[in-house]
Amino acid sequence: MKQNFTVFIVGFLFAMGLGLSGMTQPQKVVGFLDLWGNWDPSLMFVMIGAIGVHFIAYKIIRKRITPLWSEEWHVPIKKDITPALISGAFIFGIGWGLAGFCPGPAVVSLASFQVKPILFVVSMLLGMFLFRIIDQKLKIKK
Amino acid sequence: MFMQPDWVNALLGGMLIGVSVSLMLWWNGRVTGISGIINGVFTAVKEERLWRGLFLAGLIFGGLALKIVHPNAFSGELPTGAGITVIAGLLVGFGTVLGSGCTSGHGVCGISRLSPRSLLATLVFMIAGIITVALLR
Repeated sequence: MKQNFTVFIVGFLFAMGLGLSGMTQPQKVVGFLDLWGNWDPSLMFVMIGAIGVHFIAYKIIRKRITPLWSEEWHVPIKKDITPALISGAFIFGIGWGLAGFCPGPAVVSLASFQVKPILFVVSMLLGMFLFRIIDQKLKIKK
Repeated sequence: MFMQPDWVNALLGGMLIGVSVSLMLWWNGRVTGISGIINGVFTAVKEERLWRGLFLAGLIFGGLALKIVHPNAFSGELPTGAGITVIAGLLVGFGTVLGSGCTSGHGVCGISRLSPRSLLATLVFMIAGIITVALLR
């Protein structure tokens, strides 16, 4: 119960961070990726802020034996570089550049009731669904 | 509200994102990877679904709060048509599951713990995004 309530809080704060940072404005995202055009470097500071805080917090938090409200850590431990990792990241990057949305900001933008975020999120869910179907048949992730 | 320069907002917003993912790790021992959380709503075992749904509800409620305190967060719509938006969504959905993460899971959480997979994935999706935007110009 406590866990479930706390993830709601985390989601809420995360959304506020995304909105304040500019990540929910597709024009800013595309401006950030537009290195050879009218480059807008401001979103680089989102990464600097987020990684700066979490890099330090991660080290401190992982000194604990377990998380506060869970029996164990659920942090990924995979180390292998696979074709799936690289091709998946590349495909994601194309979509990100096309629409200026990555998954988090797109979900937050549902609250704007604008058409594009809704269309984007529905398509994204469909893309995930398509992946599961194809992966079941072809095992492309292994 | 929040009339300081863009980069200051970006830095403060980024720090708040860093605090959020740190709370998730401290409280629940989890990585805050949005694409993985969304996909898990459909694929995870039953007991692992509720918290994912509540996290996503938190994101949307955060969005509703933003509409009140910082409505500018939802400006800056692109002139892209519906077709491109659909294609982009499909690519993002497919690619993030195939590549095991997005901007949050790889870009923030993974880089912060110096995961080689996440460092590489972030480099690759940044390059793909930069190429896409350059070609669209």
